[in-house]
Amino acid sequence: MIPILADALLAPARMHIPDGFLSTPVYLAAWVLALIALGVALRRTQETLGERQVPLMGVLAAFIFAAQMLNFPVAGGTSGHLIGSALAAILMGPWAAMLIMTSVVAVQALIFQDGGLLVLGANILNMAVIAAIVSYGTYQLVRRLAGDRPWGTFAGGFIAAWLSVVVAAIATALELGFSGTSALEVAVPAMAGVHLLIGIGEGLITVGALGFIRATRPDLLSAEPMGAGTGGRWWVAGLGLALLVVLLAPLASSFPDGLERVAEDYGFIEAARNAPYRIIPDYLFPGVSNEALATILAGLVGTLIVFAVTLGVVRGSTRADRRPPTADGRPQTAD
Amino acid sequence: MHIHLLDQYHTGRSPVHRLDARVKLLLTLAFILVASLTPAGAWPAYLGLALLALGVTLAAGLPPLLVQRRALVALPFALAALTVLFTTEGRPLFTLSLGAWHLTASEPGLIRFLSILLKSWLAIQAAILLAATTPFPTLVVAMRALHFPRLLVAIIAFMGRYLFVLADEALRLHRAREARSAVIGPGSGGSIAWRARVTGGMVGNLFLRSVERSERIYNAMLARGYRGELRTLSPPRLRPADGVLGLLFVTLLALIALLGW
Repeated sequence: MIPILADALLAPARMHIPDGFLSTPVYLAAWVLALIALGVALRRTQETLGERQVPLMGVLAAFIFAAQMLNFPVAGGTSGHLIGSALAAILMGPWAAMLIMTSVVAVQALIFQDGGLLVLGANILNMAVIAAIVSYGTYQLVRRLAGDRPWGTFAGGFIAAWLSVVVAAIATALELGFSGTSALEVAVPAMAGVHLLIGIGEGLITVGALGFIRATRPDLLSAEPMGAGTGGRWWVAGLGLALLVVLLAPLASSFPDGLERVAEDYGFIEAARNAPYRIIPDYLFPGVSNEALATILAGLVGTLIVFAVTLGVVRGSTRADRRPPTADGRPQTAD
Repeated sequence: MHIHLLDQYHTGRSPVHRLDARVKLLLTLAFILVASLTPAGAWPAYLGLALLALGVTLAAGLPPLLVQRRALVALPFALAALTVLFTTEGRPLFTLSLGAWHLTASEPGLIRFLSILLKSWLAIQAAILLAATTPFPTLVVAMRALHFPRLLVAIIAFMGRYLFVLADEALRLHRAREARSAVIGPGSGGSIAWRARVTGGMVGNLFLRSVERSERIYNAMLARGYRGELRTLSPPRLRPADGVLGLLFVTLLALIALLGW
């Protein structure tokens, strides 16, 4: 039993960044992004979910933790595991999944020291926020393409689970790279490569779970996920975010001389000097151009703030309108 | 089932155990913050932090070796930091030749690599000390008192309460599969996709059990007067000792931080 437990507790640690591995500007930026997403998620779930959902979400958070312990042998002593963000997003909808996965990641850090406390924001961002948005968006897109035929659930579940793991891994590598802990041109391909394979295990387990649930309690799958609303735009958000992360990777790692050079060329450094990040003593890691990185992260924060606000406004104005999505898959117009 | 490795230390009566959970949580974060802000190669500061952690460990009556060994859990992650050895410019130390590649490790690179490892080792010790001396429900009350989002704290509280129940269910499922599988090894037990599907079925099963359990819990809560609001004990008042110990710890941290700059 102890080896299983050790295996189960340690294996997901590949993506749980420990304290000390991220620089201050990077984990602060990750906290900002994570808190924005969580703030929206809390508001959305409090609006749409009743009191009934608190025990449900708490128990499901414990479920995800327990499900991460289940594994299957692959080869050479390695085993396939579940992270569970995609499963949670498919079953509970993206907003609830963000809260559930945040609880999972927080408890893993607090009780089991799996992932750091100060860098918790980054782990929440990767495994709860990015993974939930990407997987729910992908799932929704594939299901629409399948016209709600059964294979859509399974193909959608597989692709969603696989893509969420890969994108979350790339995001982890980017954070490590921006912190100067890993060389981006090594970390990104390495993390992406390993998780291209790990994601297959995630996808297969997710499909198996969806198949079991479909056979025994199809009502849980056909019901509209809680808090997902009319769900017109999630595939745009999911694919957009996946593309952003995936495109940022080669962009960031194609400057082996460091981003400082690029930043100088574009005059970013000047802007960065006035950025709030300057209050953080960024000379702590000699050789890392934190100003430039902070600027890029600030840009990212800005983009996502705009995105979150837009999403909130658009969704807020359509909330009263609870018609099912239009047949051609086009988002319903906001006005 | 005993995945609650640190729970056995919750019953201690040391000053560390009695320290208010809010203060403890904040001091833990402060310790990790100082560790994370300490520049690479500031060995005296790292030594200071290690001694501080050791002091708290001893004061709490925890076995120091256990804490320090368990703090190595993040060691596999060190792989991620390995590249700084070779990408940091500075006095070359040694060169590795991998085929056509020649990787030269630099002295600043080595210093940064070791510093990252030390930071994470120290931070995890602090997290262990918090988890080992604070029962989870107390920590939840502290989070609530520190105004963490109400809904999130409620979910975390439930999760903490049912974590081990569901982990036990998962282990039962696992044992049932083991009992029905003669050998799971290379070339046996079907294809990898089949094994994954079986595991998926177990996960689906666990999900249904969890949903049904949450329905029973909800009904039981309704029967006891639940109206959509979780009531927790109000946090205990801060004692003078909490303030004194907190200030002492912060002063030591500040002195250590000065050592590093």
